[in-house]
Amino acid sequence: MAETLLRLRVDTASGAPVLSLTDFLASDNAAAVRIEPGEDARALLPHLSRIALVEVSFPAYGDGRGYSSARILREHGYKGELRATGDVLLDQLSHMKRCGFDGFAPAKPIAAEAAQQAFATWPDVYQKTVDGRSPIWAKRHGL
Amino acid sequence: MYQYDEYDQAMVDARVEEFRGQVARRMAGEITEDQFKPLRLKNGLYLQLHAYMLRVAIPYGTLNGRQMRLLGDIADKYDRGYGHFTTRQNIQYNWIKLEDAPQILADLATVEMHAIQTSGNCIRNISSDHFAGAAADELVDPRPYAELLRQWSSFHPEFDYLPRKFKIAVIASDTDRAAMRLHDIGIQIVKNDAGEIGARFYVGGGMGRTPMIAPVIRDFVPALQMVSYAEACLRVYNRYGRRDNKYKARIKILVHEIGADEYRRQVEEEFAHILTLGLEPPQAEFERIAAFFADPGLESGLADGYDRSDPDFAVWADQNTAPHKQAGYKAVVISLKPAGGIPGDASADQIRLMAELAEAYSLDELRVTHTQNIVLPHVKQSDLYALWQKLDAAGLATANLDLIGDIIACPGLDYCSLANARSIPLAQKISARFASPERQRTLGELKLKISGCINACGHHHAGHIGILGVDKKGTENYQLLFGGSEAADTSLAQIVGPGFNEDGIVDAIETATEVYLKARAEGERFIDTYRRIGAAPFKEAIYG
Repeated sequence: MAETLLRLRVDTASGAPVLSLTDFLASDNAAAVRIEPGEDARALLPHLSRIALVEVSFPAYGDGRGYSSARILREHGYKGELRATGDVLLDQLSHMKRCGFDGFAPAKPIAAEAAQQAFATWPDVYQKTVDGRSPIWAKRHGL
Repeated sequence: MYQYDEYDQAMVDARVEEFRGQVARRMAGEITEDQFKPLRLKNGLYLQLHAYMLRVAIPYGTLNGRQMRLLGDIADKYDRGYGHFTTRQNIQYNWIKLEDAPQILADLATVEMHAIQTSGNCIRNISSDHFAGAAADELVDPRPYAELLRQWSSFHPEFDYLPRKFKIAVIASDTDRAAMRLHDIGIQIVKNDAGEIGARFYVGGGMGRTPMIAPVIRDFVPALQMVSYAEACLRVYNRYGRRDNKYKARIKILVHEIGADEYRRQVEEEFAHILTLGLEPPQAEFERIAAFFADPGLESGLADGYDRSDPDFAVWADQNTAPHKQAGYKAVVISLKPAGGIPGDASADQIRLMAELAEAYSLDELRVTHTQNIVLPHVKQSDLYALWQKLDAAGLATANLDLIGDIIACPGLDYCSLANARSIPLAQKISARFASPERQRTLGELKLKISGCINACGHHHAGHIGILGVDKKGTENYQLLFGGSEAADTSLAQIVGPGFNEDGIVDAIETATEVYLKARAEGERFIDTYRRIGAAPFKEAIYG
């Protein structure tokens, strides 16, 4: 289980029980859900307004499906907490943030200071994603 | 060619610093080798049989004299005085110390180079036509599109942990000089009926243990939607590519298993969504990039033709130069395949000499080819003789482009931790057996490609003659394949029969060339004859 929780949000973390995707879809009022790498994040799209927390599980850091799940949720307007859990390592933090994660529950704790440094790895970014950063191409042309 | 602005430079510098920190953490024991491995791989650093190997990216195979010179200096300073040019237009150093790696990357950054994403399960260095910008037959220069994709794919946060590595090639002529359809995504820049430029997307090609020729997934993507379409192709793959078995994890397996139509349907659905997000760099950005490639400084008004009175020179000029779009110029191929040599290897001195010759004779440009040779793309025909004399003096004027001596070979068991058999000594033996230039020219175009294992880094599936090294009960054994091609007539080579030992395979190849010489019709290459008469006559001669 996660020993530490890093959050980039100012609101209070949801205390709602985190359901599996199947249980969540069977419930009318659940507010927190966990999706596994093989599950389709798009199944959550009709329910976004009632969700306060989506945990995206990373059983192994090398399985990158969770990055797409995160972006899809943000691209469709999800505003609640998006939390990466499991095999979440220091060197993946900045990319996770770029894909819309704003909560991190690494199985092996990461010091807050090291995490802040990791988030600041890239002075700029080449791609427009969902983190609101202006990509290099936009800056070059004053967009 | 493209030049970094302060943004590009800052990104590469940031990566150097990040990696310096990661190496320091590894050396201090703060992270395990398991945790370090994906980090070093993202920076092109492999642990091979004897040492670390560093693979340096040469985006779309284009570089200038200053960059090439530094590659020579790195070979001297951090390696054993050699560099090895690869089938993906990169260069590898085989004897690197871990503690030196951050400084090498820092050195590279001073000449706008890096080793970013030359390994790992991410989007790799983007390859292109080695005659881009010079070829007489190209629609446009494909490199601005490749550069646009380079920037898009650099540190892409969503696609850094794909099911497997991902290779993209971009070309813009019907003659395929980049094995485009044997890539995860192959893009051909085309013009539609309305006269607009766009991209034709082939997805799901590859070599490795399951070779596949990529099908067309979309015939025409408008140029200003190319990045969005690539994003859609990658997202579908990242979500649905297989992760249960690394040997079935490339996108070719996904496209094959669900079918091109279903893959296309999913991509189109994702594409429609992505178009609403405004991810595409604007036309102005494309124009900014394209301007760097527009005119390398070619003179107009020159006449074609040059003095061919030296017969040795004339042979080389006929074999190793290609037509140029500008009158009075040629694109020159420097063969890194001397008789008995190691394909793709060059010494530090040779690398620096090629840098100097590029500055003197080729408007300061060089290219690396996927066949492990070097191109000087813009040489005035009036300079050809002087250039040849200097190359010849340095052992770089072997006149064997596309002949049997122009062998592609992977590093094989001499270096590679994946290999089952040695490739280099076999390449040297074949090259020595067919050393006679006259004999090579008599045989004509004959593309011979050697891989030391099933992963096919030596492109054996795409060889007119392919050789695959396998391990047979603890001894090296070589399988023989015929009929592959990586050109516009892309085809996959087929195994001829039982394998051979090292000497046996050289004999078998010689026998096959004799069958060809007897059977060939006027103007037929080896592969044409093979396609016409089939495998049977070859089998009979080889196996009796």
